[in-house]
Order: sequence, then structure tokens, then C-alpha cells
Amino acid sequence: MFNSVLLAFIPTIPLAEWTASFTAWLTSTFSFLFNPIKEHFGNFMSFTADTLGVIPPIVIMIAVAVAAFFITGRRFGLAAFAFVGLWLIQNQGLWDHLMYTFTLVLLSSILSVIIGVPFGILMSKSKTAEAIIAPILDFMQTMPAFVYLIPAVAFFGIGMVPGVFASLIFATPPTVRLTNLGIRQVPKELVEAAEAFGSTGAQKLFKVELPMAKSTIMAGINQTVMLALSMVVIASMIGAPGLGREVLSALQRAQVGPGFVAGVGIVILAIIIDRFTQSANAQRGKA
Amino acid sequence: MAKIKVEKLTKVFGKRPKQAMKMLDGNMTKKEILAETGMTVGVNQASFEVEDGEIFVIMGLSGSGKSTLVRLLNRLIDPTAGNVWVDNEDLAQMDAKQLRDVRRKKMSMVFQKFGLFPFRTILDNVEYGLEVQNIEKEQRRKKAMESLELVGLKGYEDQYPDQLSGGMQQRVGLARALANDPEVLLMDEAFSALDPLIRKDMQDELLDLQTTMKKTIIFITHDLDEALRIGDRIALMKDGSIVQIGTPEEILMNPANDYVEKFVEDVDRSKVLTAQHIMKRPETVNIDKHGPRVALERMREEGISSIFAVDSSRNLKGYITADDASEARKNQVSDLKEILRNEVPTVDRETPMNDIFNIIHDTPVPVAVTENGKLVGIIVRGAVIAALANDSEVNLNV
Ligand SMILES: Nc1ncnc2c1ncn2[C@@H]1O[C@H](COP(=O)(O)OP(=O)(O)OP(=O)(O)O)[C@@H](O)[C@H]1O
Ligand SMILES: [Mg+2]
Repeated sequence: MFNSVLLAFIPTIPLAEWTASFTAWLTSTFSFLFNPIKEHFGNFMSFTADTLGVIPPIVIMIAVAVAAFFITGRRFGLAAFAFVGLWLIQNQGLWDHLMYTFTLVLLSSILSVIIGVPFGILMSKSKTAEAIIAPILDFMQTMPAFVYLIPAVAFFGIGMVPGVFASLIFATPPTVRLTNLGIRQVPKELVEAAEAFGSTGAQKLFKVELPMAKSTIMAGINQTVMLALSMVVIASMIGAPGLGREVLSALQRAQVGPGFVAGVGIVILAIIIDRFTQSANAQRGKA
Repeated sequence: MAKIKVEKLTKVFGKRPKQAMKMLDGNMTKKEILAETGMTVGVNQASFEVEDGEIFVIMGLSGSGKSTLVRLLNRLIDPTAGNVWVDNEDLAQMDAKQLRDVRRKKMSMVFQKFGLFPFRTILDNVEYGLEVQNIEKEQRRKKAMESLELVGLKGYEDQYPDQLSGGMQQRVGLARALANDPEVLLMDEAFSALDPLIRKDMQDELLDLQTTMKKTIIFITHDLDEALRIGDRIALMKDGSIVQIGTPEEILMNPANDYVEKFVEDVDRSKVLTAQHIMKRPETVNIDKHGPRVALERMREEGISSIFAVDSSRNLKGYITADDASEARKNQVSDLKEILRNEVPTVDRETPMNDIFNIIHDTPVPVAVTENGKLVGIIVRGAVIAALANDSEVNLNV
């Protein structure tokens, strides 16, 4: 009875309309901001990708392999894998796409970290901030990633910039979360020691808390990078260039072969990036 | 003037500390307040003064509020009520900068689990307190090295904390605190994480350092033996309140209430009692005036077989046995010096009973207690045994 009254008297709340008009309002109000970002940042990204593209592939392959050798503590495993993997991608004619994908991942990860770490610190320092930010992060992470593509297009049109934007929203939460967690997990006695010796807030943060939280924060960054990679693939749907676009076009034409090859390229890149961020962490954590 | 003065210092953990304060004024106990409001009384109206250069021990069972109290002293925890004065300056009135200055220059803390920064080398750890003051690198290196040397850890400066044993890590903690050259050391169960032997070493070392440093030390412990060993005065805490303050002897001999008595009950008294507690007034002969006849007479009166000999200014010279004295009388020897035996076991007033026990075990005569060479008392075997048996005849009025 009550139920049917509810249904009868309360019309559908126009949530979708509200969101649409809010987005439209944002787009027009902040176009002075969005347009230059789109233009300059877009140019910068193309420039980066093109510059990487100019470097002979063999140079990059060797450089990555050598770096892998040292970063894993002078072991050959990752170095060999990286060299062969990159060579395979080049061999399949996907090198330029790889450079675009890499540029997207790199830049959106860097932005995520630049934005995420300070928010994580803020969260760890204030209960109020934590109470406000935590549910927002939950929201950002549980919303299907595709949904972010829509406002991204509204704000920035199509191409790489909206891809980075969507990736920012989707990939930043782990960095924020784990920065917060890492700082909160610093043993109480160490925080007390820092305070008892008369540290200022900044000294405590930079000399004790961040160094102690470093490996946790790095784990968050690792997750962020992996999420950025997955988002960059999805972002091909709104015109972001790279390996994802190859997968997408293979999908549209139902071509199993090329789709699989481009997919393998993404996997290789993912593994290399993952191992790099992880071993960087392990090595520094020890010293 | 007291270095640190604490008055009615109270800390309540919980949402409405004012309400708990009222309940405390109404003489409710910590337990009742917890049951009724869910708030915890950490420290309840503690008042005491610590003199310059004193080792002040705060002792109590787990949860009695020791850590909270010591953290109120450098305001790592803000009090609910009451005041702390350091050198007559009210800690509560200080702004953030003044408080930092006190922490940087006046008070350093040593932590139970050492509180060392694992990603910093030993030297960098010791430097920390100087680094936050932005002291030049060279100068702080130098000070930190001196401090490390002081605690006997020279040569370890490039190691990391996890490469050192517990005892060594705690020395680093101490060195870090000393590097700032503070006037006050706050030590929260600084030695509790160490095993007993190393712990005793560290206590000795602290006492050694203290003879030259003359710092004011607030030392927290839950171990009475440790408190008695190093404390000039001891404050006993229970449920956040201080139940007794006194010298080790006062606490041992006159426990303020059942709680203190219980605490004190199973102390090994042999470690606490010293020669002055069990010595007796000595029977003597004056070697400058008396002869064998007087000596024999006195021994007969007292029913003893030997007697200590002193000169006119009571300097201990040795002892005379009854056998020697009667022999001398037979042979018409009148100077006691000829039959004087001088291998007398001597101790001073502060010698712990432990040591006396070992000495008295293999000597035929009583042990002499001397002060600057003068005889002030004697200890007979019976007194030692009586004291060890916790007999109340122990004489404190010395
Ligand atoms: N941050 C806190 N929040 C709430 N209650 C606290 C807090 N810190 C201490 N307490 C409570 O205050 C009381 C005193 O704790 P404190 O740590 O000072 O005891 P302690 O004498 O140092 O004990 P221990 O020997 O175990 O270290 C305890 O009942 C404890 O539960
Ligand atoms: Mg404690």
C-alpha cells in the first residue's frame, strides 16, 4: 500500500537530466580553462610521443634492457624479457602505437601521483578530510570506467587529452589511499620521536613519515600505473591513439589475429612497467 | 628551585573530559568513571617536583599512567587540567615555537622500543635532533660522533638500526637524546626491552654517565629493582594517581599503603639495604691509650673474642684478639701496637648487603664500616642474616 503510494506520487527524479545540464554548465563555464589545456597539453603529448618515435627502436630496447638489468639487482630475467618483448612489438609493426600508449600511461601516471600524494597526505592528517575523501574515492573506483569517457569528451573533445582525464579519475585513488594508509601506519613511537625532538610539521612529514611510508606509497603508485594502462586502452574508444586503438579496430572488424597481437603488445608493456615500478620500490626500501 | 614542577596534572582520554574531571573531584575512582562514562583517566592530579640533577623514577604497574605522565611533561600529550613548569616556565602557556625550542634544547626523550628511524644510519639517527634545528652539517656530525663515543658505539655510525643488537640500539637512542645536550632526559621504560644482563649494564652505564653529566632524569619503569638501583627518589603510581614519593629507603621501609607494600614485598632486600642499615655501634679500644688489660676487660664485658682498635681520632687501626691480649699480658707487653692485627675487612656505608654477605662469609672478625678511614660501625654475621630474613630489627636511624 505504502509502496504503491510512493510509486504513484513521486515521479522519476531527473538524475540523468541534472547530470547532463551540470556537465553542460561545467563545459561552458570552464571552457576558458578546458580549451587551452586541450590544445597545449595535447600538443605536448603528441610532441613527447613523436620524440620517442624518432629515437631508433633498437636504442630504446637496449636502454630498457640495461635499466632492467640494474634495477632488478643485476639479474638477466627481466632484461631479456623486456628486450625480446619490445623487439616483438617492433617486429609486428606496432612500435609507433606503443610509443603513444606509453606516453599516455606515463603522463597520466605522473599527474595521478602529483595529485594523489598530496591528497593522501591531507587525508592522513585530518579526520575530516578522510571522512570526505574516502567515499569520493570509493565512488571514483566503483563507477564503470567507461562512464568517465562521456564528460571527458564533453570537456576535451576526442583524442589523447580526454584519455588522460578519464585515466586520472580512474587511476588516482590507489595512490591517495595508500599514501594515507602508509602515513597512518608509521609506528607511533617514531612519530613521537620526531615530535619529541622538536620537529616542525613539515620536518616530521618529510624526514620521518614519507620515508617510512615510502614502500606503501610505491605500492599505490604501482597500482595507479597499472590502472592508467588499462584506462588508456579503454580511452581508445574516444580516439586516444595507441595499442588500444588497434585492439578496438580489430574488434569492430572481428579480426582475431591483429586483435590478439595488439593485446599481447599491451601485456608486454604492462609486465615491463609493473616490474619496473615494483623493483624500484624493493630496492630503495632496502637501503 | 625545582627543575620541573608538576601541579595537579590530570589527563582524561575520552569525549567529555570536563565531566570526568567533576567526577574525579567527587572522589570517584578510575574504574567507576570508566564503567559509567567509558572515559579513561590516564593521570589523576599528579603533583611533584624534580630537582636539578636528580634521577626521579616513576614506577607503577602496566596501565597506571606512567607513559601518559611522562608525555605530559614535554606536551606530546596535552593535559586536561593542571600545570607543568620547566625552569619556572609554564608549558601550557607556550606557543608551538616555544614548545619546539624546549623540546630541541631542554628536554630529550628515550623510548622503550628505541624509536630509531630504520631508514637512517646510526649517525643520521643521532643527528636527528640537531638536524631539525638546522645546525650545520659539520657541527652536527661532530656532536653526534661525540655522543656516540660517549655511549661506546664509535665505529657503528654507518650501520643501520636493524644491524645492531637491542642493547646497542638503546645506546643509540640514548646517544640521540644526549646529542642535543639537553638539561632533562625523559626515559620511558628505556631499558625494559633489554634482557636482564644488558639491562643491568645499561643501568650502570647511565649512573656512570650521570656522575659527569648531572642531568635531570625522569626515568619510567615498572620494575622496582631497577627503580631502587637508579632512583634518587621514586614516585609510585596507581590508577593514574601518585600514591607515594620518597627515597628508595623510605619506600621500602615505610610503604604508604597496602599497594606500595605489596609492590615492595618481593623485592630482593639484599640489593637495597646497604652497610649503614645493618651496622652496630662498635666496641673499640684506643691504641694510643689502652693496653692489653683494658682490651681484655672490654671483650669480657661484651662477650666477644676480638675487638677493633682505633687511634685517638677514631681512625681504624686493626683489631686485637682475646688470645693475643692475654698472651701479651703474661709477657708484660703493654703496647697494643705489638699485637695489632690489621687485615680487617672494611666496607663503606653504601656497600650493598649482597657484597657484605660475600665478605663476611670468610672472615673471623666482624666487618668494619669506615668513612674516610674512621670507624663508624661494625657488622656482625647475625645482622646480615637477620636483614636477609626480612627481620624488622634493621636499624634505619643512622
Ligand atoms: N591515546 C589513548 N587513548 C585512550 N586511552 C589511553 C591512551 N593512552 C593511554 N590510555 C589509557 O591511559 C591509561 C594509562 O596508560 P599509560 O600508557 O600511561 O600506562 P603505563 O603506566 O605507561 O603502562 P605500561 O607499563 O603498560 O606502559 C591506561 O588505562 C590506558 O588505557
Ligand atoms: Mg608505558
